[in-house]
Amino acid sequence: MKQSKNKVPKQGFWNRVKNNKELLILSMPGAVWFILFAYLPLFGVLVAFKKYRLSGGFFQSLIESEFVGFDNFKFLFSSGDAWIILRNTVLYNFTFIILGVVLPVIVALLLNELRNKGMAKIYQSSMFLPYFLSWVVVSYCLFAFLNPEKGYFNNILQQFGHDGISWYTEKGYWPFIIIFMSQWKGIGYNTVVYLASICGIDKTYYEAAVLDGASKWQQIKYVTLPLLKPVITILLIMAVGGIFKADFGLFFQLPKDSGPLYPVTNVLDTYIFRALKANGEIGMSSAAALFQSTVGFVLIMIANKIVSKIDNENALF
Amino acid sequence: MFEKHRQKALEAKMEQNQSKFNQIKKPTNVLFNIILSILSLLSVIPFIFVIIISFTDENTLAMNGYRFIPEKFSLYAYQYIVSAGENIIRSYGVTILVTVLGTLLGLLLTGTYAYALSRKTYAFKKFFTTMITIPMLFSGGMIANYLIVTKVLMLKDTIWALILPLCLNSFNIIVLRTFFKTSIPDAVVESAKIDGASEWRLFFQIVIPMALPGLATIGLFLTLGYWNDWFNAMMYMDSKKWVPLQYLLIQIESSMDWLASNKSMMGVDGIQAAANLPKETIKMAIVVISTLPIIFAYPFFQRYFVNGLTVGAVKE
Repeated sequence: MKQSKNKVPKQGFWNRVKNNKELLILSMPGAVWFILFAYLPLFGVLVAFKKYRLSGGFFQSLIESEFVGFDNFKFLFSSGDAWIILRNTVLYNFTFIILGVVLPVIVALLLNELRNKGMAKIYQSSMFLPYFLSWVVVSYCLFAFLNPEKGYFNNILQQFGHDGISWYTEKGYWPFIIIFMSQWKGIGYNTVVYLASICGIDKTYYEAAVLDGASKWQQIKYVTLPLLKPVITILLIMAVGGIFKADFGLFFQLPKDSGPLYPVTNVLDTYIFRALKANGEIGMSSAAALFQSTVGFVLIMIANKIVSKIDNENALF
Repeated sequence: MFEKHRQKALEAKMEQNQSKFNQIKKPTNVLFNIILSILSLLSVIPFIFVIIISFTDENTLAMNGYRFIPEKFSLYAYQYIVSAGENIIRSYGVTILVTVLGTLLGLLLTGTYAYALSRKTYAFKKFFTTMITIPMLFSGGMIANYLIVTKVLMLKDTIWALILPLCLNSFNIIVLRTFFKTSIPDAVVESAKIDGASEWRLFFQIVIPMALPGLATIGLFLTLGYWNDWFNAMMYMDSKKWVPLQYLLIQIESSMDWLASNKSMMGVDGIQAAANLPKETIKMAIVVISTLPIIFAYPFFQRYFVNGLTVGAVKE
């Protein structure tokens, strides 16, 4: 047994296969899944360069469709919508990234400092609840407040003698609603991530800080936050890589696919979905999808490079 | 005299402070509690509101709108679901079937793959790690996935379109691999190998029982993912054959098809009944019953989620 282990580096490929036969068999089901559901779709991106026409199977259609180079991309970016869609996607995500770090860290710090730890559990459980609801369910919860005829908000407005607001057609309110709801759903989850890291910090750091006369605020500033930096960095890299990926449910379910709200709720993912499902517009939407994947890939590489330059330990790979 | 008394009180206070080393002041604690209470209430109230609406009498609702304390309560929405909501109950069945099948399949795939990766002696570890890393960085995107699932794998309108796309992902594999590595000592594996156990036996008879908490975590990730999934149904289900609850909720909302199809089922008498159907309360009642299992399983979910998150955060 020991001997064969020592020999591993010298073995030829087939010998290695033979010696790892059982583990290879265990890897196979997962590997097949990845080939079918993660790697085959990579051929699908070629559709973005084709004038895709269905003729028989997928690969046959792909080969027989006319190659049009970057025409699909040209159409996409010359349409007036493209700019708005990109702006929405990036600005919303940028806001989410910032708030998604700041708010949960603050809440985690508050929870961590509480004197009554029993209550901390209750607060944490309550704030985690929205994370477990689907966007469909959340959209119903929101509708209970925003329903133009019976909703809670309009009820209150009318009681004070104001006119009700037609929430699902007035786009002015939606940037706030979207940002609020995204944080509402995510804050519990993110808080747990940061709270776990804060609890993992060695208590002796704080004891030393107190002996040096550090106030609570100074402890947070000079002990907690610096020690949270690795977690924050990793989550930031991931978030930056996804800045062109929008949470589809948030932007599709909450506004109930309402047309007048498109200028402030249309993002890349909803655009792609609508182009595919409503118009059958495969070329342009796959161009948008490929653009999204490529930019995401480039961004995550750049972010990781920068982080590894500054502080190699915190880089992803 | 007075001075001395104060001195003593101060000393007593300091002693108390010492025992509760490095704690925030009482007023600050009250302030923190107030802030956190408000946030907690904000988090749970919208769903509680939906529950209240589902128990409100439909006529009261039409007159007063949604209220936190309705004038008249009613069980009508739930009675309707039990007596006439055939497609609702069918959808419930679909959701349960998809969730159970998907979670089991997902656990098997994630477990086997993660176990192989966790073994130090595995010669192809690097290859299979790269295989799951690349999709995390670059993916084909929505259209490519759609074309492959519908045109190559031919899964459109089958239950597998709801199960297969969700059953495996890189994140779950990494979490479970880390869990295997940290919770199963090498010595156990080595000695079993020396006793002549095959990897197959090792995995099913030794690793799985030892790694149950880790598997439970992944199982809950998967369960929640399947239970709350509406996206795959929206993408791949054009027929009415497999409509999970979440998708049913979307259909009810986006069109009146649902009511129309129910009308024809109910016949002439039904048309009048359909006219005064308690639409709003029924919708909200479906929302409630679709979320009920999650609420009941909530304590488990929370515990294992926190576990999984902390394990997943371990970087290698």
